[in-house]
Amino acid sequence: MSEAAFFIDYSRCIGCEACVNACAECDTHRGTSMIHLETIERRESVQTAPQICMHCEDPICAQVCPADAIKKTPDGVVQSSLKPRCIGCSNCVLSCPFGVPKYMSGIDQMMKCDMCYDRSSVGKKPMCATVCPSGALTYTSMEEIQRTRQGIPVNSWKFGAEEVKTKVYVMVPREVTRVEIELVQIHTTPSALPNDPYDVALMLEGME
Amino acid sequence: MAKLPVEAPELVRVFGPTLHRVPAGGWSRTTEDEKLVKTHCCFCGQQCGIQLRVQDNKVVGFEPWEDFPFNRGKLCPKGVKRYMQAEHPDRLKHPIQRVEGAGFEAISWDFAMQRVVGEIQRIQSTYGKDAFAVLTGASLTNEKAYLMGKFARVALQTANIDYNGRLCMVSAGAASKKVFGMDRSANPWSDIPKAKVILAAGANIAECAPITTDYIWQARENGAKLIILDPRMTPIARNADLFIPVRPGGDIGVFNGMLHILIERGWIDRKFIEEHTTGFDQLAESVKKYTPEYSSKIAGVPAEMIVKAAELWGPAPTSFLMHARGIEHHTKGVDNCMAAINLVVATGRIGREGCGYAMITGQGNGQGGREQGQKCDQLPGSRDISNPEHRKYIAGVWGVEEASLPQKGLSAIPLVEAIHAGKIKGLVSICFNPVVSLPDANFVREALEKLEFFTCIDFFLSETARYADVVLAGSLMEEDEGTTTNVEGRVIRHRKAVTPPVEAREDWKIICEIAGRLGYADKFSYPSSKEIFEELRIASKGGVSDYYGMTWDRLDESNGLFWPCPEVGHPGTPRLYENGKFGHPDGRAHFMPVEWRPSDEMPDEEYPVILTTGRVVSQFLSGTQTRRIGALVDQTSQPFCEMHPRLADKYGIGDGDFVKVESRRGNVVVHAKVVKTIRPDTVFVPYHWPLDRSANNCTNRAIDPVSNIPEFKICAVRLSKADQPTDSIAMLEVQAGGVR
Ligand code: SF4
Ligand code: SF4
Ligand code: SF4
Repeated sequence: MSEAAFFIDYSRCIGCEACVNACAECDTHRGTSMIHLETIERRESVQTAPQICMHCEDPICAQVCPADAIKKTPDGVVQSSLKPRCIGCSNCVLSCPFGVPKYMSGIDQMMKCDMCYDRSSVGKKPMCATVCPSGALTYTSMEEIQRTRQGIPVNSWKFGAEEVKTKVYVMVPREVTRVEIELVQIHTTPSALPNDPYDVALMLEGME
Repeated sequence: MAKLPVEAPELVRVFGPTLHRVPAGGWSRTTEDEKLVKTHCCFCGQQCGIQLRVQDNKVVGFEPWEDFPFNRGKLCPKGVKRYMQAEHPDRLKHPIQRVEGAGFEAISWDFAMQRVVGEIQRIQSTYGKDAFAVLTGASLTNEKAYLMGKFARVALQTANIDYNGRLCMVSAGAASKKVFGMDRSANPWSDIPKAKVILAAGANIAECAPITTDYIWQARENGAKLIILDPRMTPIARNADLFIPVRPGGDIGVFNGMLHILIERGWIDRKFIEEHTTGFDQLAESVKKYTPEYSSKIAGVPAEMIVKAAELWGPAPTSFLMHARGIEHHTKGVDNCMAAINLVVATGRIGREGCGYAMITGQGNGQGGREQGQKCDQLPGSRDISNPEHRKYIAGVWGVEEASLPQKGLSAIPLVEAIHAGKIKGLVSICFNPVVSLPDANFVREALEKLEFFTCIDFFLSETARYADVVLAGSLMEEDEGTTTNVEGRVIRHRKAVTPPVEAREDWKIICEIAGRLGYADKFSYPSSKEIFEELRIASKGGVSDYYGMTWDRLDESNGLFWPCPEVGHPGTPRLYENGKFGHPDGRAHFMPVEWRPSDEMPDEEYPVILTTGRVVSQFLSGTQTRRIGALVDQTSQPFCEMHPRLADKYGIGDGDFVKVESRRGNVVVHAKVVKTIRPDTVFVPYHWPLDRSANNCTNRAIDPVSNIPEFKICAVRLSKADQPTDSIAMLEVQAGGVR
């Protein structure tokens, strides 16, 4: 069995925030959660999406850090900033395509999700992936995920022209090989949107 | 005298709810010298395994317990933060008594006991035994639930004991008993991923039974189809193969309509029906008129949805049906459940791998709490208090005359009505916060004010305990040993992590001392709660929920045992009804024809909108515990009113505006949450909050004639845009009933 990896399946997420709360129980940053839950558009749907650090192969946060404060472990985990180096400039916070690093004003330093390195480096699962009741966050072997899931894991992203490879996988339908993120207008006109799949009133059309 | 001694804001100032944000000892790291105590989360019927980190007799954090088979380390946010109720600043550490105009003052245990016992004796000798009532809860351990039933029948000899499971599992239980002859989920959860079609009705699984989510998603990975019935598109409904946004109270339209089609298309198991059931002909006759068109009108959804549901359910090789409060909290709650269960039995898909049925318990010990004899009509072992044989057996176990056992008493709502009417004068309550959790909250408050004497056993001063004359400082789950029975019917061990602080006492010790002082010391002298379980085993022996074969040691070794477990050495019964053997004396399942009828209060011109109530994931029931935990309150800090944009437009209400939701009984002013994920004829307000933020100010006290469950899921309201309230209640912190 290969070593454990991190898999995210957004379609499973039920928005409970167990992950966010459990993150704050991790020994290295107890009391502060390093991850967050995105509520996509509550008016339109109940879709939510957990955001942990994706642990990029070539992390942009580290590239833009003027103080060289962000290091990757040999096994590919992007760490929080090194205390003696970080100057608190927040370049990393602004540059991360996933919005992960957090500037902590109390300690004037950037901290981020390190996949619970204190746990995962000794064979335990990260807190969020242990508690997640839906399996949206799962820490297991590649064989196990392929055996138990219909979707497939991918770790290749395209943001416009930018290609990013990450240590963390996301589950996608079988025909997909890469997550393509197009630039979209957030407040677009309703007619430009696809048919609304989550509007309960539309489902009841024709009833008096 | 049970009026508030001072205004609510003053009580809030002293007793909370205040938010606990930092654990005992600060945000410390794991250390070598701490111990991990394997126990369970107490905040819902899933009863997730969890390990509490304990240092110097203080719970300082948690660690997932991945070896416990039900949840394998998984938790919802309530479980993650459950440990924060320990070392809470609001904790009651001494008995206290009401002081008019001042609030409460600490008193000694001896004085508290003297007062409680004196008042019980005074009220019972003046007005009769039944004038003193007992209200209990389904979050108590089995041991305590058992003890409360015995306390009422032996020490108080009052008929009037009932419990807050009356607001939870009684419709499901009554329906199950009528059709299957037993009241328990029929299958272990491990059967869910093996089903090819799953129907979940009135169950907000993502928020109220979060661990069940993974079982359902796993079924879908294995190719299962998922059907969800709910007026709201909840997170579990978002990815369903078929989401049926049924009108509140319209569920029978879907179930009977489906059965109509199943019969028409031959998707029923004639052989199974022939060999293992009774009453099919009447059932078939009763659904004849439930054509898709007729059913559609009742259900308030397009006929095609009902047809599609039948097409998914009918031909499947295996199936699992589950339901929860959404179909149960109705004046026809029992009928709703029976109509659903008919679909399971008609297809013969029960009692084998991947084929099953479950009711999703909500309260911590929702299952066990309704078996040990704290219901008004029940004795331990799910025995019937009006059955002479059952009475004789239990009288024998307790060493009392059969004739001394009271008969059936009042269930929770009629009991509160009897208090209001001045028939019941005294009350002892534990693990129940009726001021927040019962419908028609204004009526409940009025009732409590009429009591001559009210005593509460509680660890926090709940909104209800504020009305008490004496509050006895009790214990949290982690401060005592005991057992609960989870959603599957699996009996599990709760372990003591710490001792009750200062002068607080284990609940069972408090009850035993009152009983002792009433002259029943010989019947209530247990060295520990283990001996209560030993007696419970014998009391349940030969009953439906037979625990006799279980011992704490066996439970410790096995990660829990499923009842019935009639002999020591018996492996327990994870799956009921194998080989078509049901719980009725004739061994058959009894089909129950069901006819739809309107709810007690339907919308009309004056009150044109349907209000339905429910829960959010970060809060537990009346919030006594979870409204005191910072992280959980932050997640959903105040109640809200979910409404469709079409409805909101009609009243000129925008997202985030204040809206007054008003019924014939009362109102609540909360923020509007304008979302397309709810039926346009229905609004939803979660009920965990007190005072002017209580959805139950609006709800209806009408009850199901069989189960006596109140109709929380539908009442008629009108809506109007409101200004931000600025009165003294509104200015309280949000967890206490304020608004921001
Ligand atoms: S905040 Fe710290 S870690 Fe981030 S870019 Fe600036 S110096 Fe580097
Ligand atoms: S714990 Fe899992 S299901 Fe809950 S919000 Fe996080 S990712 Fe989603
Ligand atoms: S509240 Fe229920 S689902 Fe959540 S952790 Fe506790 S027992 Fe598990």
